[in-house]
Amino acid sequence: MKVRGKTNWTVTIFIALGTLFILFPLYMAITISLKNQQDMLTSVFGLPTHWRFENFTEAIRMTNFFRAFGNSAFVTLATAVLTLLTNSLVAYAIARNMNHKFFKGLYFYFISAMFIPFPIIMLPIVKLTSAMGMTNLVGLTILHTVYGLAFNVFVYVGYIRSIPTALEEAARVDGASTWGTFWRIIFPLMMPINATVGILICLSTYNDFLLPLVIISDQSMYTLPLVQYIFQGQFNTEFNLAFASYLLAMLPMILVYVFAQKWIINGVTQGAVK
Amino acid sequence: MARRRAAFYWMTIPAVVLFFLFHTFPALQGVYYSFTNWNGFGDHYDFIGFKNYYYLFQDSNVWNAYGFTFKFAVVATIFINLISLLIALGLNASIKARNFFRAVYFLPNILSVLIVGYIFNYLFSNVFPIWGAHLGSDTLAGNILGNEKFAWLGVSFVAVWQGIAFNTILYLSGLQTIPTDIYEASNLDGASKWQEFWKITFPMIAPFFTINMVLAMKNSLMVFDLIVALTNGGPGRATQSISHLIYTGGFEGGEFAYQSANSVIYFIVIALISIIQIRFLQRRETDM
Repeated sequence: MKVRGKTNWTVTIFIALGTLFILFPLYMAITISLKNQQDMLTSVFGLPTHWRFENFTEAIRMTNFFRAFGNSAFVTLATAVLTLLTNSLVAYAIARNMNHKFFKGLYFYFISAMFIPFPIIMLPIVKLTSAMGMTNLVGLTILHTVYGLAFNVFVYVGYIRSIPTALEEAARVDGASTWGTFWRIIFPLMMPINATVGILICLSTYNDFLLPLVIISDQSMYTLPLVQYIFQGQFNTEFNLAFASYLLAMLPMILVYVFAQKWIINGVTQGAVK
Repeated sequence: MARRRAAFYWMTIPAVVLFFLFHTFPALQGVYYSFTNWNGFGDHYDFIGFKNYYYLFQDSNVWNAYGFTFKFAVVATIFINLISLLIALGLNASIKARNFFRAVYFLPNILSVLIVGYIFNYLFSNVFPIWGAHLGSDTLAGNILGNEKFAWLGVSFVAVWQGIAFNTILYLSGLQTIPTDIYEASNLDGASKWQEFWKITFPMIAPFFTINMVLAMKNSLMVFDLIVALTNGGPGRATQSISHLIYTGGFEGGEFAYQSANSVIYFIVIALISIIQIRFLQRRETDM
């Protein structure tokens, strides 16, 4: 990306001012989480006079933060792994057989699910998962993997079709099976799109609220968004504790983002272009 | 050749089995339940045909939820696209610290909708009214979310705040597909910035405009987390979205079958809107 000509200062200033709209709510969240009750009343916008880090320890204790974080981390990572394995595989089979009726039909079968709103499945899925004993973190992982399939197959198939078939044919001449070709040649070639799909599925799984809300009833399996929901209901007057809890829940993603933002943004951009 | 095909069939099995079991099957079940009178927890229910559908059309709560959701979705979609296109144009211009600004504008997209909603809930009740009072407006000095007439604007505001992030990145990737020599040529021909935008930039990113409009509309029509965090459907039922109505009625109100029928209608509506949007916007793409 080369910058054309000299810096356009008018646009730079507008863009810089625009970021205030984004940063202000986050500034408020951070300062409130560090204030005591007294500060909350006397200075709404200012920095805390006494930095109350106890809000965080208190929030960790009250929400059982580490357990919820562990649950969220497990579901997020497991969903990412399962998604990369199953979705890329089916997308490969579809992308290489688009001239075949069965695979083309399968493609449209999956894609059409993008337009099915979740509520139509929501009520029956609760019955189904409880009947199957799947109202737990493993069940949550499988459901997240399934509900990402429509969009992921769409993105994957587009990408795989842009990979030339010459390498696969060469491998086949050398006697590699279709499976061997996939794992040793195609899957490594798909790394850019795997990264994109991985990032997007991690974001949506980590932040998802509705699916855990309807599936999980055992408190020890609550994910982070679910904990905020319960916490908010019980302690809605102690804002500094609530905000400390919100920040704790967002912090892991924010940290990952700070270190990998360039990669994340490029990944998302690539997934969109394909 | 036959063996190769066989391997491809095997590759589809895990996804197909899981997808059918946890997506298609429950969706079909949902359609089936919509013709019964099941409350969701008892053992007994009867097949009642189209009665649920008949009553849906006379239910003021249903009309109300559709009314709010559409009003909200249209306004949110328009503003999300307008603002994110402007920001993307700005981020694509020759500005300082471009990567830093890109990172900041994408930040809202990585945050949980529920928590963003809670933060704004506080801002609406405790912070924005302070500014409203300074401006001397009685409406703005109160909590807009508690105002039956204007609460939907508060919800839309937060949806736009967060929705802009993703669309900006999509528009930005669209802008980067435009070769720069087109602009050089138009500069030589003496085109104004305004002409340049309407004659070159906008037609060139038409496919991205289509994707963004469809995605923003679809996401807004399915709004749930934001409603829970900001208003819980209130005041009264002023901001009750369709998904919120299906959730509360289906799980807490004993209207399992009735809300299943509502979901079926909801599905048909979303599918129709998406198809119409894609058709309409794609025709625009080819005309240019």
